Amino acid sequence: MKLDSKVPSGPLEEKWDRHLKDIKLLSPNNKRKHTVIVVGTGLAGASAAASLAELGYNVKSFCIQDSERRAHSIAAQGGINAAKNYPNDGDSIWRLFYDTIKGGDYRSREANVYRLAQVSNEIIDQAVAQGVPFAREYSGLLDNRSFGGAQVSRTFYARGQTGQQLLLGAYQAMMKMVHAGKIENHTRKEMLDLVVIDGKARGIITRDLVSGEMEKWTGDAVVLCTGGYGNVFYLSTNAKNANVTAAWRCHKRGATFANPCYVQIHPTCIPVSGDYQSKLTLMSESLRNDGRVWVPREKGDKRKPGSIPEHERFYYLEEKYPSFGNLVPRDVASRNAKIVTDEGMGVGATGKAVYLDFRDAIKRDGRDAIEAKYGNLFDMYENITGENPYKEPMRIFPAVHYTMGGLWVDYNLMSNVPGLFVAGEANFSDHGANRLGASALMQGLADGYFVIPYTIGNYIADTDLAAVDSNHNAFAEAVSNSKSQIDKLLNINGDKSVIHYHRELGKIMWDKVGISRSREGMSRAIEDIRALRDEFWQNVRVPGEANYYNKYLEFACRVADYFELAELMALDALQREESCGCHLREEYQSEEGEALRNDEEFSYVAAWEFLGVNGKLETTMHKEELEFEFVELKQRSYK
Amino acid sequence: MIPVRHAVTASTEKIIQPIEPTIMSSSDMTIHLKIWRQKNAESKGRFETYTLDNVNEHMSFLEMLDVLNEELIENGDDPVEFDYDCREGICGSCNLVINGRAHGPKHMTAVCQLHMRNYSDGDTVVIEPARAAAFPVIKDLVVDRSAFDRIIEAGGYVSVKTGSAPEANLIPVPQKKANQAFDYATCIGCGACVAACPNSSASLFTGAKIGHLNKLPQGQPEKQQRVLSMVAQMEKEGFGDCSNYAECEAVCPVGISISAIAEMRREYLKALFDN
Ligand SMILES: Cc1cc2nc3c(=O)[nH]c(=O)nc-3n(C[C@H](O)[C@H](O)[C@H](O)COP(=O)(O)OP(=O)(O)OC[C@H]3O[C@@H](n4cnc5c(N)ncnc54)[C@H](O)[C@@H]3O)c2cc1C
Ligand code: SF4
Ligand code: FES
Repeated sequence: MKLDSKVPSGPLEEKWDRHLKDIKLLSPNNKRKHTVIVVGTGLAGASAAASLAELGYNVKSFCIQDSERRAHSIAAQGGINAAKNYPNDGDSIWRLFYDTIKGGDYRSREANVYRLAQVSNEIIDQAVAQGVPFAREYSGLLDNRSFGGAQVSRTFYARGQTGQQLLLGAYQAMMKMVHAGKIENHTRKEMLDLVVIDGKARGIITRDLVSGEMEKWTGDAVVLCTGGYGNVFYLSTNAKNANVTAAWRCHKRGATFANPCYVQIHPTCIPVSGDYQSKLTLMSESLRNDGRVWVPREKGDKRKPGSIPEHERFYYLEEKYPSFGNLVPRDVASRNAKIVTDEGMGVGATGKAVYLDFRDAIKRDGRDAIEAKYGNLFDMYENITGENPYKEPMRIFPAVHYTMGGLWVDYNLMSNVPGLFVAGEANFSDHGANRLGASALMQGLADGYFVIPYTIGNYIADTDLAAVDSNHNAFAEAVSNSKSQIDKLLNINGDKSVIHYHRELGKIMWDKVGISRSREGMSRAIEDIRALRDEFWQNVRVPGEANYYNKYLEFACRVADYFELAELMALDALQREESCGCHLREEYQSEEGEALRNDEEFSYVAAWEFLGVNGKLETTMHKEELEFEFVELKQRSYK
Repeated sequence: MIPVRHAVTASTEKIIQPIEPTIMSSSDMTIHLKIWRQKNAESKGRFETYTLDNVNEHMSFLEMLDVLNEELIENGDDPVEFDYDCREGICGSCNLVINGRAHGPKHMTAVCQLHMRNYSDGDTVVIEPARAAAFPVIKDLVVDRSAFDRIIEAGGYVSVKTGSAPEANLIPVPQKKANQAFDYATCIGCGACVAACPNSSASLFTGAKIGHLNKLPQGQPEKQQRVLSMVAQMEKEGFGDCSNYAECEAVCPVGISISAIAEMRREYLKALFDN
């Protein structure tokens, strides 16, 4: 299989404009004759559905939640980047592009990232026009802040609810088109399969989550906007319904899955309190601007933090990285938290936490100033933990947050299955081995508002799309596939619950395919995943029946897919014998513990083709070599 | 990690033993639950009682229900269905009515953000769905709130096509106005206001969206059409009128002010008059 990125030729700054000029257009009359299926209604899906419908396509939209507005994007807090350069601090499209490429540790495609930076400004215009209430200065003009270690202030924000406000904007744009009769919207329906006819994506199968009914939907193209797969770790900051099922089922129908091992782990989350823990809560990393991270120097020191004298506190980030200190990038902060807790210096009842201490900031600036900056975060922390962070340091620990990997797509955001487009967190496209803060929202909306609506037109204009109907064999086969999987799950009637297996899988992944990875650990992980997967299929107990609302059945189908994905993630991490971005291989680090990237051998996208599961996952890897024409590759250093 | 185990006692005769021995810690509590069970929209529902031992104070309320469900499943019973997604108080999926109060006892807190430290050993907790004629029950505690989406569909937006927006800073918005718009825009669409209202009115939800857009210059051109269409849809969906009980404001997890309703009324009358 040859993976052709279809990057247009020419200077970086001109590629997208030239491409738009070359793209074939469909007349409005023609668009009306075509149906596009959009799965997912997060930032990517809602913006794509609205924009495609405005262009004249008939759109069918699907989501799991009871309303489009509840997609996981709603939970994003910090902000969205754009290269507006309003603060006049030297930002530009080039700089946003460069920061994103560098942040991704040179494992993403230059042309895609440049386009992302280019359309970023239009996203802000669009959102403002929709009435998204971004923060403003006294002048009434838009305010910016700096985020995630960037040297310029380019992040637009809406209090701590940027994702919510952007999603409501996109959702409302979408509902406007529902009203106009151009979008047929379906909630509480889960996509369980992709239907490929004559080598092209021509439809999907969904399960109605209320009636349990299997349904067939035909279309001329399918846009998958189903989010990331962080929940393979069971505990993550993702919403409970976030899943890999739609993407994985497309993978099983031929779409290659790229860089599955790239997972971002966020350093400032509220630690686990007990076995019942169902998800982890992120706290904005802006806290690291004023909080100091430390652990007791003494292993197993059980004293209260207040009684540990200054010289017995290990401010490990400040000591190891004097120039960046507590503001080192996410992956460096996360990795070091793991190192100190693995060494037994962790704090709290579980020992799986480090302190984030505001004592000095409060002394310096006063309680009021700290409250003004972080009041809502402190309240949230107190609400969840029952502890007062003004008096005692917060306890924090890293948690899985974002997945850079996803279905492979070309410059047009089309997968290797013609007609299957992938947008938002579900694709692998823009963040390389590490995503910068405030750039996922940017990417989701760039894909949905400004890329897919045009590239899809080119595909449809250029492709012979004979009419298909849902009586085609391929639909019947897909339905019966999904049905028999559900029947199988319901009939195992074993004695452990789905949640039990998901949690156990998550532990394997966290321990061995998480923050730091070793050859030995991953080989063990692969064995463990296979064994647990076999046990799952022998011994899981899924309650109830298929013909009514049954949340645990939904989970069972998703966990079944996670079991396969998990093995692929470990295989991918194993073959990548270098450390890059969020992927740290213990064998490939310098003596001081810095990540060692290997551009000679690993400057490629690993795109995996599914062959089957037979006790083990059968898969082959295809490489898309990454070429850097416009930037010079440099090693990161935060010393 | 502190392992926590829980016993479930179904109200009906059978007493179910915990599967593994129980480890008690100082914070363990016994909580009695009375939960609304209903197979589907057509069937009649009823309360079932359960007892959970060893509820940990750090658990969230929904995690307590997860634990109950694990036990129900292990014992071959149907788990209790309830809606949730983010578990961070922002998606608006969760909407339980606890001891008669939407989202439970904690002010400005969605039920997914409620923790068991707000309860004491031996408490009885009654859990019901967010009831309203316009929110039919789907199963147990899950209701159909799609009426809210249809209210937004009727006009809760600014009609701006992708790509046709002017440069963002060409539309300055005074900071105060922007903040007021934001206060209304934070509605999470949970439906607690409807469940709490004796008339099952959706006025707070609808007023919040109208208030958000009306405060902004972008919202002005469609102002009148918006309020007329959204109010008409609200009535069509079977939500009741507002009689100023203010129960909605009291339970709203994000503190939407009932001034939204007054503003909506004002706009509505003005629009009626002008049209
Ligand atoms: C707590 C948190 C904070 C964050 N903060 C920021 C931030 O400040 N800035 C930033 O840039 N990024 C942030 N991110 C990342 C960002 O929010 C996500 O990457 C982004 O919102 C993903 O959007 P999406 O449209 O790709 O998918 P999602 O929003 O995840 O939407 C997925 C959609 O697909 C649907 N779906 C999934 N599977 C199926 C299926 N099988 N069938 C039918 N429908 C399906 C779902 O119902 C949903 O509608 C944050 C993430 C988290 C977890
Ligand atoms: S107004 Fe408040 S209670 Fe009503 S739906 Fe919105 S957030 Fe929920
Ligand atoms: S589950 Fe999202 S608000 Fe409660």
